[in-house]
Amino acid sequence: MSLLSFNDVSYRYPGTAADALRTVNLSFEAGEFCLVTGLSGSGKSTLLRAAAGLVPHFHGGCFSGAVTIDGLDTKDHGPAEIGAIAGTLLQDPETQIVMATVRAELELPLENLGCGAAGIARAVEETALALGIEQLLERPTSELSGGELQRVALAAALVCRPRIVLLDEPTSQLDPVAGDELIWQLHRLNQQSDTAVILVEHRVERCLAAADRVVALADGAVVCDRDPAGFLEWAAEHAPLMQTPGARLFDAAGLPDRPVGVKQARMALRRYGLLRQSADRDNSPAVPDERPSPWQKVVRRIGGVSDEAPALELRDVWHELRNGPAILRGVNLRIRGGEGLVLMGRNGAGKSTLLRHAAGLLKPTRGEVKRNGRIALLLQNPGDYFLHERVEEELSERGLASVGLSGFADRHPRDLSGGQRQRLALAIVLDGEQPASTVALDEPTRGMDRAAKQRLTGWLRERMESGQAVIVATHDAEFAAEFATRVVLLAAGRVIADGPIDEILAGGWYFATETARILGGAGGALRPQEGASLLLARRAHTDSIDEQDTVTEEARP
Amino acid sequence: MSDTIGARRIGYRRRATPLHAARAPIAAAYAAAIACAALLTEHPFLLSSLLVAVVAAGAAADVGRELLRAIRVVALPMVAFTVIVNLLVSRNGLTVFARLGDWGVLGQENLTVEAAVYGAVFGLRLLVVTLAFLLMTCAVNPDDLLRAARRISRRSALTATLTTRLLPVLLQDARRLSEAQRCRPEGAPKGARRTVAVLRATVVGALDRSLDVAAVLEMRGYGRTRRAPALRAQWSRHDIAFALAAGSILCLAVFAAASSQAPFQAYPLVNIGLSPTIFILSGLLAAAALLPFCSRRGVEP
Repeated sequence: MSLLSFNDVSYRYPGTAADALRTVNLSFEAGEFCLVTGLSGSGKSTLLRAAAGLVPHFHGGCFSGAVTIDGLDTKDHGPAEIGAIAGTLLQDPETQIVMATVRAELELPLENLGCGAAGIARAVEETALALGIEQLLERPTSELSGGELQRVALAAALVCRPRIVLLDEPTSQLDPVAGDELIWQLHRLNQQSDTAVILVEHRVERCLAAADRVVALADGAVVCDRDPAGFLEWAAEHAPLMQTPGARLFDAAGLPDRPVGVKQARMALRRYGLLRQSADRDNSPAVPDERPSPWQKVVRRIGGVSDEAPALELRDVWHELRNGPAILRGVNLRIRGGEGLVLMGRNGAGKSTLLRHAAGLLKPTRGEVKRNGRIALLLQNPGDYFLHERVEEELSERGLASVGLSGFADRHPRDLSGGQRQRLALAIVLDGEQPASTVALDEPTRGMDRAAKQRLTGWLRERMESGQAVIVATHDAEFAAEFATRVVLLAAGRVIADGPIDEILAGGWYFATETARILGGAGGALRPQEGASLLLARRAHTDSIDEQDTVTEEARP
Repeated sequence: MSDTIGARRIGYRRRATPLHAARAPIAAAYAAAIACAALLTEHPFLLSSLLVAVVAAGAAADVGRELLRAIRVVALPMVAFTVIVNLLVSRNGLTVFARLGDWGVLGQENLTVEAAVYGAVFGLRLLVVTLAFLLMTCAVNPDDLLRAARRISRRSALTATLTTRLLPVLLQDARRLSEAQRCRPEGAPKGARRTVAVLRATVVGALDRSLDVAAVLEMRGYGRTRRAPALRAQWSRHDIAFALAAGSILCLAVFAAASSQAPFQAYPLVNIGLSPTIFILSGLLAAAALLPFCSRRGVEP
């Protein structure tokens, strides 16, 4: 018998016309690591909620079919009973922490199960050690960072030793280091304790290598259920937006065997003789430079945008908390009109604080910020910008039309999808009489699928072409590579690297695109198409040497 | 803004002190004993002794800064208000030190020394009680305290836990919303309009959030709640010391109130009894409150 099975499951949320799940038939075995993916609104989260018993018990709605977990039918057993078998971790860690200290948070599910004091103490200690949060046990939950909160929420989901763990985009709010650590911890849990893991994730490349199986959903139906290699094959044909950068690199370079991870990709390239052992950077053909040419710069000048006058300048900016640490330590930054700058760094490095200083929400305790015009800042949560009951009350008709939301004027802003909310919030901050000279965005791609990211990238490029400076704080290297010209890496409030994107993102482990990691930073290639050009050039170079060798060989007496 | 972020918040945080090392119900009983003692006695010397004790206990528990801030921001204005109101409304004193004439509905306003002294003593008592509960807020783990309460009424205790957890979250939400409004090109709405708008959005957000929290509670087995198991931990030296201190403080306060050893009368003329017993009682109260802090063994979390 399967650990978790969906039999002809269809479900519709109350008050909606379309099914969120359509005749889903799936089964998951003990010890399986399954990745569930799909575009936004495809039903991934609903699938997890159905497995956890929240659908239909908590959400109501119209449910048909059967979900069975460890022999319990979720129609007869509610989330509290299912909770003893399945640990669930939802997207927003803030709403998953209910107690005041970490220890109490981990003790709560065990107390609810009626465990004895000794059993509780032991389970809490072991779980904390397993997830590396033992130093957090006595900390108040209100003081934890986003990454720490997510790990504590995961620990609370695991503390009862569930047979299956259900995770809904657990890495969406984490920096690349913390995200990789979390995936690694899940992989270890899966390997060492036979716990089944069902992981919903947009960024497939982050966890494909750890998965045994991939399920893709579209419009509430299962459209692919294969192993990782099979999924890549399916995605290449049916859903290019779901392809990993590594797979796209191989496709563009005309190489067979799409890789599921960096290790497999490098092994394959080595086999084909396309990966050099060392000094990749020096020997590789250059990647076409997409930065503005002198001619483009002249055009921009005529358009009224000066390359000299910075749109924003931070001079020796410090942000020191009273009785606390310094969040920014002497940051110097100049950004010109038309420039696309990305701020990267771990959670707590000072990215959001820097953007707040740029927009004038904070005043530096030392140093100064010079703005050549207005800064339009979109903070992490677009919902924070909405104060009214209807979309049309938030923004003028012209503003709504500019972001394609005229048809939603009557709706409540909270009823819009994630992407629509973001567009509305962007339009709100941009809708002034005085046009913004700089557009600043704080983590705009959280929970976004690739289609939405592509739309945002296009919009940002348009801003840059119109002469506005763009500054984005993000953990998403793939997204950064699509539009940025420059990267600033922050650590503990200091700028530790500032340079062209192909220099900074090509050489890193964590702050690097998958293409750059596969190619070891060769040629500064960040995107699959750039990587493919590099590989094709290498292949042509190798072929010509082989040809020369053959000619020399034949010419020899 | 930076000041708000930088200020040390009043709330529980585990620190390496004997009071933090004591189990929550005992640490709470210790703070409550000081508050009860202040309510039982009205002799200014004994109240002053309790004030010194609670401030010193706060300093020894590494929450002195929070206590001093609370004194400055809340307690002193409250005490001043009490004294002024008592001065204006009390008609019982005989020693007039200022005649303010006819004040309409309040009638002839004469300020007396007795009313001032009574108001000051009442304010002092209020101050000690406030500080004792602040000490409890800063030094007693609310989760542990509520866990003990859960054995009596689980649902009410969990509701209280959620409220204490969500209040700072909502304040944070309101701060975030307010910040987002400042990013609007026309600026945030001003004054009461802004407050109402942010408040409304915070409440709507809280309702959304409460649904998620409810879902999480369900998944953590809240629906199949059982009686919380008793935590059978050995009594530490700090548990014993603070339990003894709480008992001693209460006994001394009951003795002072029941016997006539600490006489105090504000009206019609001020009469403050000063005998060696008063000084001994004051010393004993302070000693009982502070002695448990002498041992710092095993205080690390």
